[in-house]
Amino acid sequence: MEKQLKILKYSDLSKLIEKFRSQGYPVLAPVRKGKVVEIEQVQSLDEIALDVLLSTQSAKKAAFPKVEKVLEYTLEKSGTKQFPVDPADYKETILFGVRPCDASGFKSLDAIFGEEPKDQFYLEKKGKSTIISFSCPVADEYCFCTSVGGGPGNTAGSDLQFTGISKEEILVEILTEKGEKLAATFADLLTDAGKDIDKSKFLADVKVVFDVDGVVEKTTASFNNTALWLEQSLRCIGCGACAFVCPTCACFDFQDEQNTKKGVRLRLWDSCGFSLFTLHTSGHNPREVQSQRWRQRIMHKFAYMPEQLHVVGCEGCGRCSRACPVDMNIKEHLTAIGEKVIV
Amino acid sequence: MSDLIKKVTALLNDKTINAFIGYEKGSANRIRAIFVRTEDQVQKLILNASCTQNLTGYLMKHEVKKLGKLGILANVAALRSIMQLASEFQIKDGEVYVLFANADGSLTEFTDFKSIETFLQTTDTGIKSEEQEMIAKLEAMTVNERWLFWNKEFEKCIKCYACRAACPMCYCHRCTTDVNQPQWIPVASHELGNLDYHLMRAMHLAGRCVNCGECATACPMDIPLNLLTYQLISPIKATFDATAGMKADAMYALSTYKPDDKENFII
Ligand code: SF4
Ligand code: SF4
Ligand code: SF4
Ligand code: SF4
Repeated sequence: MEKQLKILKYSDLSKLIEKFRSQGYPVLAPVRKGKVVEIEQVQSLDEIALDVLLSTQSAKKAAFPKVEKVLEYTLEKSGTKQFPVDPADYKETILFGVRPCDASGFKSLDAIFGEEPKDQFYLEKKGKSTIISFSCPVADEYCFCTSVGGGPGNTAGSDLQFTGISKEEILVEILTEKGEKLAATFADLLTDAGKDIDKSKFLADVKVVFDVDGVVEKTTASFNNTALWLEQSLRCIGCGACAFVCPTCACFDFQDEQNTKKGVRLRLWDSCGFSLFTLHTSGHNPREVQSQRWRQRIMHKFAYMPEQLHVVGCEGCGRCSRACPVDMNIKEHLTAIGEKVIV
Repeated sequence: MSDLIKKVTALLNDKTINAFIGYEKGSANRIRAIFVRTEDQVQKLILNASCTQNLTGYLMKHEVKKLGKLGILANVAALRSIMQLASEFQIKDGEVYVLFANADGSLTEFTDFKSIETFLQTTDTGIKSEEQEMIAKLEAMTVNERWLFWNKEFEKCIKCYACRAACPMCYCHRCTTDVNQPQWIPVASHELGNLDYHLMRAMHLAGRCVNCGECATACPMDIPLNLLTYQLISPIKATFDATAGMKADAMYALSTYKPDDKENFII
């Protein structure tokens, strides 16, 4: 659909949230919790931390939470009775104030969870989320969205995008039909915007640091370059921080929790950084050492996903680097891969 | 050329060590670990007030061990980690070459456990005053308040296990939390799963934690979980007269039996 441009006043933002709330939509938005910023359900504008660059975790939890019930069951003499969770019960939700890299991160998740067999738990929740992203007026040195095809004003994945164009005014881009439908509910707060607004003036300047096609090509060719992966990952301690804060990491685990009478089946985040991730029942582990796990992390995003799903599995948000306890900086590592001479 | 660079160059040249674990400049204002084996890498070594990371966890990492004989840049917590690891039979005497960074920037070398022990006897190994204050606050709380405090903190936990991975004492190849048949600890990062994990971890570190703070520093969700294990330091001291990481041949308080042990916890 053709994009529409509108103007919203900053002073009307709280009315906007009230409108969403009064229509019964849960609103998820960044909220400050000490030093971390969580994406959480909010009741009013004053709870929302619109000035933070990025929430600590990504917005993926709106459609792919860290713990999710997928089945309940009872254990009876006659056998097991199953009570599946019905994805149709999920509520229409608004994701408000997330960044463009969060919104575009859902594109990767859509590709992963949209493969056959389709993942209804994710797809239903995602389908019922309307994403209002805020473009980025500032960035930091961990950001590299522009190197992976995104940018501080990238609209991919967003239904609406807000850009502050003055102290008083927000440029509203209506990008999808879902966005249009939602915008209709606050049309009284919108005025038409002139066609000549140059949005780029209000965006952070994020330098391109590597050529993504080159990185994809070189990553793909580097599977057997043991020394490369070892050197990059010597300091990696194999936790799940990078994967858990990442907007595109989608690996999960299933665990049953039960007593003698009943149980639940849970889907939980998992990470290729853990040694347990590939441990076989036999005791054999095909990814024996951390360098192989680090290789997997990079190959998955920059070789396997481009090859199989035609998307790069990284939005350049830099969250993994900020969260990494030992300062593994993915932007630096990718730049180094891009600069490598492959023989 | 700094004393550190000179020293490490010499150690590598005369093959005293094959690799040296130190600090280099990292992203933004951070520092990070570097595993020095070459002339180029040696030049990247830095030592300043931000070099506080306890690097000894790396002594237990398989791929780091494979680099050969290791040297390491240590602070007080790192020296204690080495003592504790030694007492748990994870490092042998003389296996690791230790360079200690004194407050004035000068370096002291330790080539055996005895000298580290002697040094630690006259060194301040206590926890920082701000942490002491936090513990005092926690101890002044009622049981219910403390319960609420921790539950609120654990709510943020995403079970990324960065705390475990960063802790020099969490070196088990297969942690109890990773066993899921049966699940000793609920695997999920829900209320009970988070609580159980942190309680289990605190209990396993009681009397072993060397108060380096790595766990809390590592946590991306900013949970002050080091306070959990710090709070156990004085009861262990009072009950068993034991302090972690002071002696290479210490007996671990919670797995050692003495006939005159107090039994007043048995109901
Ligand atoms: S890999 Fe890192 S930079 Fe890329 S999307 Fe994930 S968290 Fe962001
Ligand atoms: S890169 Fe960092 S966050 Fe990721 S597994 Fe390694 S240590 Fe953990
Ligand atoms: S590092 Fe923090 S978030 Fe991760 S498991 Fe430990 S306490 Fe939880
Ligand atoms: S529990 Fe925390 S403070 Fe104690 S030794 Fe481990 S990382 Fe250090």
